[in-house]
Amino acid sequence: MATSAKTLNSPKTLSNKVWERHVVHAAPGEPDLLFVDLHLIHEVTSPQAFDGLRLAGRRVRRADLTLATADHNVPTKGIDQPVADPVSAKQLRTLARNCAEFAIPLYPMGDPGQGIVHIIGPEQGLSQPGMTIVCGDSHTSTHGALGALAFGIGTTEIEHVLATQTLPQVRPATMAITVEGELPPGVTAKDLILGIIARIGTSGGAGSVIEYRGQAVRSLSVEGRMTVCNMSIEAGARAGMVAPDDTTFAYLEGRPHAPSGPAWEQALDDWRSLVTDDDAAFDKEVVIDATTLAPHVSWGTNPSQVVSIDGMVPRPDNALDPPASESAHRALAYMGLTPGTPMREIPVDTVFVGSCTNSRIEDLRAAAAVLDGRRVAAGMRALVVPGSFRVKAQAEAEGLDRIFTAAGFEWREPGCSMCLGMNPDILSPGERCASTSNRNFEGRQGKGGRTHLVSPAVAAATAVAGHFASPADLEGVA
Amino acid sequence: MEPRRIVSGTALPLDRSDVDTDQIIPAVWLKRVERTGFGAGLFAAWRDDPSFVLNQPQHQGARVLVAGPNFGTGSSREHAVWALEDYGFEAIVSPCFADIFRSNCTKVGLIPVEVDEDASARLLAAVTADPTLVVTIDVAARTLSAPAAGIEAAFPLDDFTRHRLLEGLDDVDLTLRHADAITTFETQRPEWLPVTSPPG
Ligand code: SF4
Repeated sequence: MATSAKTLNSPKTLSNKVWERHVVHAAPGEPDLLFVDLHLIHEVTSPQAFDGLRLAGRRVRRADLTLATADHNVPTKGIDQPVADPVSAKQLRTLARNCAEFAIPLYPMGDPGQGIVHIIGPEQGLSQPGMTIVCGDSHTSTHGALGALAFGIGTTEIEHVLATQTLPQVRPATMAITVEGELPPGVTAKDLILGIIARIGTSGGAGSVIEYRGQAVRSLSVEGRMTVCNMSIEAGARAGMVAPDDTTFAYLEGRPHAPSGPAWEQALDDWRSLVTDDDAAFDKEVVIDATTLAPHVSWGTNPSQVVSIDGMVPRPDNALDPPASESAHRALAYMGLTPGTPMREIPVDTVFVGSCTNSRIEDLRAAAAVLDGRRVAAGMRALVVPGSFRVKAQAEAEGLDRIFTAAGFEWREPGCSMCLGMNPDILSPGERCASTSNRNFEGRQGKGGRTHLVSPAVAAATAVAGHFASPADLEGVA
Repeated sequence: MEPRRIVSGTALPLDRSDVDTDQIIPAVWLKRVERTGFGAGLFAAWRDDPSFVLNQPQHQGARVLVAGPNFGTGSSREHAVWALEDYGFEAIVSPCFADIFRSNCTKVGLIPVEVDEDASARLLAAVTADPTLVVTIDVAARTLSAPAAGIEAAFPLDDFTRHRLLEGLDDVDLTLRHADAITTFETQRPEWLPVTSPPG
């Protein structure tokens, strides 16, 4: 390793520590060659990478560090039937064929291990502190919640990792986002990350690995930290991380792939060193006061276009620079919104609880707690899509499925579903959706569909009220 | 990858910021298992509008796309780069690219030309006013020029990527020069690290 004595002794950030542990080769003027500890793949971005391998006559170097699942395309009902869309079916078959040919473990549709790729890595204990994790999917940043350096890659890079188990990478800049104080009651991890993106913008984290720090982040569960790290990409960052702590270790202990016995103790010793040193400097620092945050709702077509649920659709000409104002005008036209409308007065057609941002068991519990004993508003389409079969089974064991269905939600099979509308779960043109996913881009959930990003609690309250609402608004409403 | 040295041709102005990967190539197009044919899906939703710039006859055959800031934001889908390339673009100009998109571009050989806001605004205005304006991108010199409009700008490209583009080198071949170092590294990894085969 080309690490000089100076860098060995100087204080380091968490991301640089993890980076330096994985450098296989370094040379001036070249990117570092990084070893990849875990490579996750799914059906959409991998077929062309396997074709490339075959063309070049190459093998998969470490099938034992590679895991595949089907998630983006899978239908979320009737999964005992053949997949109706022939093109989706072909992509799923191609994944199965490629995994069989190259001996890669696969959780196919309907398998008890199947789920959204970023849900299953952590829940199986495969995503651990200090690891490098890559996947052909930008929300790979999710795994950083456990103290891993995890980032999304393109298909050519997937092929490179399959062939070599390494990636040439230029070291990213470091950025600290410190959230001081405690989140007010009713303000969730989702509201925190939406608030951060509203503050720093969609390219605020460009070229950087963000380390989330501070009291409010420490107080989050590991699942909450995943929600935060997940949307690092929406802030333009390469990755997001939270230093591992006792909360992380308690989450990992006993999971199927977590170390056990003496190996657990060795791992713990090592993981405790994965913190940013006191004197380490970040390239960029942002401090946020948690006590100023509220439940958030996005109003536009990028994830920085967000207001508090107590707010209103903004007037784009106020206090915005010309390009932001131009893009706000376009967004308002697409979203069919009038400036000055209170968010609580905007009627909603559909509620989607799901996606790798918010489909873990705690998210479903939060939504179910709001829905317990209540009904969705007349005409509301509401669906909940657990992130994995394990999440689904856990929720059913807790009776959450019955709360959802009694409230008028559809209880579906796991997958990405309406997060990106590659399967049959899509919005119609003009349909307005309160969604716990991460992207409110034009047409993301279906051509012409209008997406508002919210937390699971706000999604559930909105389903009941028929317009944007927070759980507190429902007091006394059955 | 074929070597990429000079891109020279007319340009198409896309005066929008935050053009995300879902706009560049919508998800319905991602079901293909091939690497070709994505040009037909480029900006699919926007192309329904006859006045959209891609539909305007004066910009047909453009090799350079000139866009607003934060181009390529969103997903890691390399399909976005394949779509732009398949359509006929060889270089994209923007004041700022999303990281993964930029990286995907250089892997495929589409040149990400990041120029400052001023140069980008002047170029947008110039190609809008004169669709026949010839824009030249020189990878070796790391410059963009449109002499007829008096525009000359430098863009960043690290030495390694520049070398790779100029020579058309394959990353895997470059990495396999270090195969021994990878093997050595593998023997030194802590034993507790997980493998993906089902625990049993
Ligand atoms: S849930 Fe959505 S954001 Fe997450 S991996 Fe699936 S499509 Fe991507």
